[in-house]
Amino acid sequence: MSAQIEEATAGGPASRTGKGTAPPPPRRGPGRLAQGTPYLLILPAAAVTVLLLGWTLLKNGLLSFQNLGPRQLIQHLTEWTGTDNYAEQLGSSEFWGVTGRSVVFTLANVVLIMALGCFIGLLLARLGTALRLLLSLGLVLAWAMPVVAATTVFQWLFDQRFGVVNYVLDALGWHSMAGYSWTSGQFSTFFVITVLIVWQSVPFVAINLYAATTTIPKELYEAASLDGAGSWKQFTSVTFPFLKPFFLATTFLEVIWIFKSFTQVFAINEGGPDRLTETLPVYAFQEGFGSQHFGMGAAVSILTIVILLALTAYYLRLVLKQEEDEL
Amino acid sequence: MRRSTLGRVWPGATAVVLFLAFVFPVYWMFSTAFKANKDIVSEDPVWFPTSPTFEHFQRAVQADGFWTLVRNSFTVTLVAVALSLVIALLASFAVARMRFKGRKSFILVMMMAQMAPWEVMALAYYIIVRDAEMLNSLVPLIAIYTVMVLPFTVLTLRGYVAAVPKELEESAMVDGCTRAQAFIKVIFPLLAPGLMATSLFGFITVWNEFPYVLILNKDASAQTLPVWLTGFRTAFGDDWGATMAASSLFAVPILILFVILQRKAVGGLTSGAVKG
Repeated sequence: MSAQIEEATAGGPASRTGKGTAPPPPRRGPGRLAQGTPYLLILPAAAVTVLLLGWTLLKNGLLSFQNLGPRQLIQHLTEWTGTDNYAEQLGSSEFWGVTGRSVVFTLANVVLIMALGCFIGLLLARLGTALRLLLSLGLVLAWAMPVVAATTVFQWLFDQRFGVVNYVLDALGWHSMAGYSWTSGQFSTFFVITVLIVWQSVPFVAINLYAATTTIPKELYEAASLDGAGSWKQFTSVTFPFLKPFFLATTFLEVIWIFKSFTQVFAINEGGPDRLTETLPVYAFQEGFGSQHFGMGAAVSILTIVILLALTAYYLRLVLKQEEDEL
Repeated sequence: MRRSTLGRVWPGATAVVLFLAFVFPVYWMFSTAFKANKDIVSEDPVWFPTSPTFEHFQRAVQADGFWTLVRNSFTVTLVAVALSLVIALLASFAVARMRFKGRKSFILVMMMAQMAPWEVMALAYYIIVRDAEMLNSLVPLIAIYTVMVLPFTVLTLRGYVAAVPKELEESAMVDGCTRAQAFIKVIFPLLAPGLMATSLFGFITVWNEFPYVLILNKDASAQTLPVWLTGFRTAFGDDWGATMAASSLFAVPILILFVILQRKAVGGLTSGAVKG
């Protein structure tokens, strides 16, 4: 299972592009037609991206400056309200409460995913073939499970009356958990969502981290042990530095994925109880659709994008710089 | 000596425990789907279905409009993935094999687009689609899904195209092929595994997509399986057997595809998502 992974992580088909295209093509006499070819080839991709992503983003920005309720929607009215929507959100304690909650939720999930994912990844590297295949199989199954199906399964696992989680906790001696309603409290709802997200996200980190460890040259370890490095020293001086770029990239990808996750948070409990588990994407949805206040929802979604950009600015700069150098 | 025995045993033991933890929810979904009702709603969980039944599957399949939803889901997914593959193949060939002004900007745009927070833009898209009077239609969904998976597809395919040795193409051209012929006859066959791996992730993304259908298509005849599945529990009361049967039916196509294509797919994902 690792041949492909090794190759991919070692440099990846994508990063080989740099080498593949670095020298200018030696082909002589490209006619006018040939010069236009690359533009014709990228035209469809560029066009649909600009049309659908660009336009939607622009529309989102425009809507955020409008007062768009059911009345305006039905009568096709455009009422500009300047920065009212933003002023209202930025001045409301609810918005800041949701923002704080989303950030804490994201960080908690990312820390858990990275810690567990790295632990399992390193564990995979230590296991014999049979156990490694077994654990990989488990990881792949969890990874492949469609989000929506996983959400209903977790609702069933954590069901109040017949859920297997409550049964096991009760059987283990925690009797107050018999008949416990996980979705009635803010913390317990977040707990279920977190278990679900961590369960689904760890395999990606673990399998890729394992793949990355297989690309570490054995000579590095040999040299380290000749220098008298123990296993912890080997980890800090060889394994960790080698995996650092991977670690960084994965962490930020997880931040992006979790901060904007909608399906799990929404489907487990629709942001309840009492809107207490709404994260920013769900909050934007509820402000826009729940309260039929589309302009306001659009403003929240723009603010969400801005916060996401701020959270990941460091990584984005790094990626863009790296691409600049490589291309 | 004791330490090394322990050192040998704990990774294995941990691995087995972790395996069980990761597999259990999947196992529980399938086993609940096959259990008789009295085994599902029992004070003591029945860990292994002793008398398997298909009754839950029957109820799920006979639900109102089930086959319409299946058809919608497959239509939306297959069309969007196919469109994005065709569009991406053209672009990735240009990006991987040709030098031109704007190439760098194009790649950067694709990288940014790959991280677009689609979830929070559903509202704006709703207004656009509504103004075009195309709510409750599959066409706007297909369009947005195509663009959703396009950046990943372009970035991954460019890697696969670049990995095909240039000499193969050049020798085909020396033998008298045009560049287009060389592409079709030489590169395309070698790209097949890459195309499959890339399409797998497109397939999963679209198959799972929830917020856009939820918002755009209120009409049950234009919805897809994810919306139905999240509403299934409410619709059927607390009928966990039928809900798990429905979830199993929804998960099976992905599980099968994933297990078959996982090896290549992981490589594809790493190259597209994690740039070493």
